[in-house]
Amino acid sequence: MESLTKWLSWLFGLVLIIILGYILGDIVLVSLKHFSWNFLLESPYSAGRKGGIFPIIISTLLILCISLLAVIPIGLTSALFLTEYSDRNNKSIIFIRKSIEILSAVPSIVFGLFGNAVFSVYLGFGFSILSGGLTLAIMALPLFITTAEKGFRSVPTNYRLVASSLGMSKFTMIISIIVPYALPSIFVGIILSIGRALAETAALIFTSGYVDRMPESFFDSGRSLSIHIYDLSMNVPGGDVNAYKTSFVLIVLILTTNALINTVLNNWYKKRIAL
Amino acid sequence: MFQLTRNRQDFYLKFFLKLNGHFSLLAIFLIFAFIAKESVVALNEHSSSFFLDESWFPTEGKFNMVPMLAGSLFVTFGAIFLAFPLGLFSGIFASFYCPAKMYTSFKRAIELYTGIPSVIFGFWGLMKLVPLINEFNPPGQSLLAGILILALMVFPIITLSLIASFEMTTTNYYKVSESLGLKKSTYIWFILLPSLKGQILGATILSIGRAIGETMAVLMVCGNIVKIPSSLFDPIRTLTANIALEMAYATGSHRSALFLSGLLLLSVVGFLFFLFEVFKKRFSWKV
Repeated sequence: MESLTKWLSWLFGLVLIIILGYILGDIVLVSLKHFSWNFLLESPYSAGRKGGIFPIIISTLLILCISLLAVIPIGLTSALFLTEYSDRNNKSIIFIRKSIEILSAVPSIVFGLFGNAVFSVYLGFGFSILSGGLTLAIMALPLFITTAEKGFRSVPTNYRLVASSLGMSKFTMIISIIVPYALPSIFVGIILSIGRALAETAALIFTSGYVDRMPESFFDSGRSLSIHIYDLSMNVPGGDVNAYKTSFVLIVLILTTNALINTVLNNWYKKRIAL
Repeated sequence: MFQLTRNRQDFYLKFFLKLNGHFSLLAIFLIFAFIAKESVVALNEHSSSFFLDESWFPTEGKFNMVPMLAGSLFVTFGAIFLAFPLGLFSGIFASFYCPAKMYTSFKRAIELYTGIPSVIFGFWGLMKLVPLINEFNPPGQSLLAGILILALMVFPIITLSLIASFEMTTTNYYKVSESLGLKKSTYIWFILLPSLKGQILGATILSIGRAIGETMAVLMVCGNIVKIPSSLFDPIRTLTANIALEMAYATGSHRSALFLSGLLLLSVVGFLFFLFEVFKKRFSWKV
């Protein structure tokens, strides 16, 4: 029994590490073999088999911008409401918390359906960067709210007591004490939302569409990196190498966001405690 | 909280925050409302056809969803069946058998699994796993490939929640059982894990929810043929893959039928969430 447990757990642990290494190693090796910086700066042609991914990177960035512009104000105010006005354990707060939990469990394809029905059809944005970005914003919202709320809750009670005793209004207290104190976790929340949005595919296929030209406005359809990988590997015979390279770019971006989070948590928080 | 002053600014602030605070509630309500509204057409005109038509021929107005439903269920439960031991043993490995130096990097690696986008899992599956299965039993794009990829995607939920709850349990029991001369494995299987039943169940429910809603990876490796699979090597199409494949060009009652399958997914996830809450109360664990 003892040795069986030991061997099985070692086996599973090692196998999982090896598979992870295989997935990442495969993508990194194949792409490095064919990589050149021009790939990032050229437009794709021949359905993406040749050329680069410049317009796709731009579309991805625009989609990210839209979703961050929507998620930051709504998320911050929601989190502030949940921390600053939730002392009475009233019904609506409980409902809001439950709905945040449910929202984070909704499958991404359902967000896609919702985004298509509301933004593309009902509001008439069509297949556009705007619809895609707004759909992603709703998806990333629960993650952002929970992270920001943790930050707001970590403000020491002393600070609030002192602020009140000095006769500060709630508004001043929030602007000059609570938000600055919680800045690191707001930042982490933003990075987490970026990571979530970068990884998303299913919700974007029929909200932002998959035109691979350079977008001219927010109402143009634009293809994200993840959709480019999907399209090249599934619908374009011979698109494998470029799909590998695009995956490499996507993975590098996601690993960067992860590393950023760790740096923020390690450095910024330490300083904060020293304050 | 302890506000002494009262001014107009604060009044507006409270109003504004309250309004925005209810946004998530509104979002959930709107999601249900819009998806239900769009699926009304299909429900009215084809209410019996979802189970009784010959198959899924949307252009001819035949909308039998049973094969896709079966595909979704098979792939989900297959994946959970695999992911459960994977998660359990990798959690035990991390907390009990892995050398102290490796602990942090092992945990990082498991966290990395959750960070890899599903489209990249799907892409890797398509490039490496599908050809491998194809050598044994063509066509390769199959239920099995879907199960393997999905298992890799959902096991970290179980592992990470196990690691978190191992960290939270007190070391007292471990010390007592060691002083009684119990082996490590006896402690794990007969003392620790039974006390964490609730958490394990909760994590499993969460991973079922994740697996049933997963789209891109299964879309890429499962072959997408509308048929109830008769073996592990048959291609399948899941509900989610069906939506992703056909939504771009669907109109009329076809589009409505796709929304109906979205509503179905949403209700399954809602039910799982309800179950999660019930178990959380029943076993009273802290998240």
